[in-house]
Amino acid sequence: MLGLQTTDFTATLQQNPMLPSLYRVQRVRWDTADTFSLELSPADDGIIPEFMPGQFNMLYIFGVGEIPVSISGDPAQSNLLVHTTRAVGTVSRAMSKLKVDDVLGVRGPFGTGWPVNDVHGKDVVIIAGGIGLAPLRPAMYHIMAKRENYGRVVLLYGARTARDVLYGKQLQQWRAHFDLDVYVTVDRGTDSWRGSVGLVTSLIGRAPFDPLNTAAMVCGPEVMMRFTTLGLEKRGVSAENIYVSLERNMKCGVGLCGHCQLGAAFICKDGPVFPYSRMKYLLSKWEV
Amino acid sequence: MSQQEDRTSYVIDRRDFQSLFDALTNKGYRLVGPTVRHGTVVYDQLTSVTDLPIGYQDQLERGSYRLQKLDHQQLFAYTLSPHSWKKFLYPPTLRLWQAQKYDGNFQFVPEQQAATPLALIGVRACELNAIAIQDRIFLGGDYPDPLYKAQREKLFIVAVNCGHAGNTCFCASMKTGPKADTGFDLGLTEVIQEEHHYFVVEAGSSAGADILSLLPHHPATDEEIEAAAQIVAQTTASMGRTLDTTDLKKFLYANYEHPHWDEIATRCLACGNCTMVCPTCFCSTVEDVTDLRGESAERWRKWDSCFTTDFSYIVGGSIRASVKSRYRQWMTHKLAAWIDQFGTSGCVGCGRCITWCPVGIDITQEVAAMRAEQQLAAEPEGTAGERP
Amino acid sequence: MKKTLEPLLEKHPFFAGLDQAYLEVLTGCASNLRFRSGEYLFREGDEAKQFFVIREGAVALEVFVPGAGAVTIQTVEEGDVVGWSWLFPPYRWHFSGRVASPLRVLALDGKCLRDKCEQDHDLGYELLKRFSGIMLDRLQATRVQLLDLYGTH
Repeated sequence: MLGLQTTDFTATLQQNPMLPSLYRVQRVRWDTADTFSLELSPADDGIIPEFMPGQFNMLYIFGVGEIPVSISGDPAQSNLLVHTTRAVGTVSRAMSKLKVDDVLGVRGPFGTGWPVNDVHGKDVVIIAGGIGLAPLRPAMYHIMAKRENYGRVVLLYGARTARDVLYGKQLQQWRAHFDLDVYVTVDRGTDSWRGSVGLVTSLIGRAPFDPLNTAAMVCGPEVMMRFTTLGLEKRGVSAENIYVSLERNMKCGVGLCGHCQLGAAFICKDGPVFPYSRMKYLLSKWEV
Repeated sequence: MSQQEDRTSYVIDRRDFQSLFDALTNKGYRLVGPTVRHGTVVYDQLTSVTDLPIGYQDQLERGSYRLQKLDHQQLFAYTLSPHSWKKFLYPPTLRLWQAQKYDGNFQFVPEQQAATPLALIGVRACELNAIAIQDRIFLGGDYPDPLYKAQREKLFIVAVNCGHAGNTCFCASMKTGPKADTGFDLGLTEVIQEEHHYFVVEAGSSAGADILSLLPHHPATDEEIEAAAQIVAQTTASMGRTLDTTDLKKFLYANYEHPHWDEIATRCLACGNCTMVCPTCFCSTVEDVTDLRGESAERWRKWDSCFTTDFSYIVGGSIRASVKSRYRQWMTHKLAAWIDQFGTSGCVGCGRCITWCPVGIDITQEVAAMRAEQQLAAEPEGTAGERP
Repeated sequence: MKKTLEPLLEKHPFFAGLDQAYLEVLTGCASNLRFRSGEYLFREGDEAKQFFVIREGAVALEVFVPGAGAVTIQTVEEGDVVGWSWLFPPYRWHFSGRVASPLRVLALDGKCLRDKCEQDHDLGYELLKRFSGIMLDRLQATRVQLLDLYGTH
């Protein structure tokens, strides 16, 4: 007679997508007063999984919780995992207190990336608002590394004030390139800011790109993206050639917990990057 | 599962029914199924046929459940439990892992879990469909749920066709019942004819055939087969409710701003009961806990409901702050978005959400009311349904 | 001198697609100007006699806030136009226009334009459509900015 059968599936659970890997903080860099970047490497000296620009990880702080954070480093750099986030919630505030050599949990990378390999030969317009530049930075790195694959490349970036401009040094370096147009604008022209003042959408009209042969990649607060996509369409870029990165509550990152749904899409696995044409209808609906 | 045409019907006598329990127990299965607790049929551990709700019949109405003991000896006269089988495959609470601090660092301790062979006794056709739907959710993606998978592989399913449709039932509309066609190891129809109380049985798998071979049984006569078919036909004919599913996905996608959502919101308490009793609802949250010394931490997965405001919280506030938006999310997901996500409706027509809604909101009536007020518009583009 | 300005007008996006006849009329009200950085194109409270079509450079629209000094509420650049106070009485500038980078503009005389538009309402309608489009864009942008999208909330 057979007794109650039990299965030890520790091995299965180790492949469990819900189980994080340990990473160690190599460096903490404060980008603005409330936004910081963590540079991480695997605690067991293992390999950092490759990622597509636009993908995210779930970051776990011991005993506090876990949040999705986009990857913002250079996809070609394999020895460091870089995450930029803003200290606004319980977990991100706890994360902001991490010091060099501290450890945290990482699951991922998850989700879809920017279509950097699908838009060869096109002009590329990257439009970011606020911390929305973080998930777009890997796309910029990738495009600048393979510059010959693209037509004109334009970065339009809007921030709240001069003090909130993210990756300032990086922006200056990019601005010095002859084959890249970088426009930065702020909503509030305070301090010694000598650049543009106005909504990031106001840059769309004069940016040098061919709307009929352009891929636009947009990330920022949802309202900013709604107005930006309108501006791009007005300029003549079709919805199919506009890509947006969306945010929703996420618990699992792998399409099982149901939290991140927007219409039929799971933001965590069908997104976060979507062709705008796929989400256009839903983005105009309230509380969806 | 073997093909339907290979199936031969057999008969097991009521007085031999305990042998099924014994055979499954001997094979190492833990038996779970319907039993009466506190005036309700629940799904829990069974040891003998006498644990079944013998002679009990439930009356399922909008916002109302009553269980009565009648003067008969039928084992499966009740229609549905408020429980669904998902609690065995997808537990309401589950520890995912622990983390332990040491020397200022910490490490993860994966959870040791054991899947026990389970025999589900008395699964209804709608519930078989619900399990099939959850299979798609938990096993069909890039990241199958390991616990679900381990438990799913250790199931033996005894389906029992409904001899009675509840007033909140609409499986016929959803094409998920009342006859169990597939997805079971043994499929039963309970028949009582004067002095004769028996089960017409089909084996739906080789595991089912193996168990059947251990039981006293004989090939069913044409009369016995006909008697069983009659019972299913009667159940179909007495279905309490209907839901018109024609172009329902298109209809709901086109009606995010239908005024009827506001009307439902005046009644809906956002209690989430419908999501808890629904056999296909799969949303979960995670909770992180620590001990008082902060030395060890745990992560638990728990059933969650899209009816809470926390469910859609992101920095700045909840996306679905109004009750209206939350009911709309639940129903539009269940009846429309689900089709795009998993290739099937999320509703099996079991009617639990109607029975167990404290204010008696009826999904079939709400759809009908919306349809009455609105013509079908073309399916709008950009509903996230179409894949790039 | 004025005859040479017509191609400059025609090239500017604000006048794109405008009738040749109207361009000639408008050229009659236009003059070509240059400003150095730091100069003021106009100052808050002054009479608004013109509007400016920016060919090159940038203008910062400023308002003076006691304690905070000059606050830039918007910058306008090449391809933009600046100024609509000339359209409506009492024809006063509501903000100051500081030249943010070396500037080449065409200045169009407000009184001259108003007279021409009164004489020819078709021209008036054509111009007002273009101005109201710009006003709409700026109003919408301002409303979005009011939301303080990038704030922490």
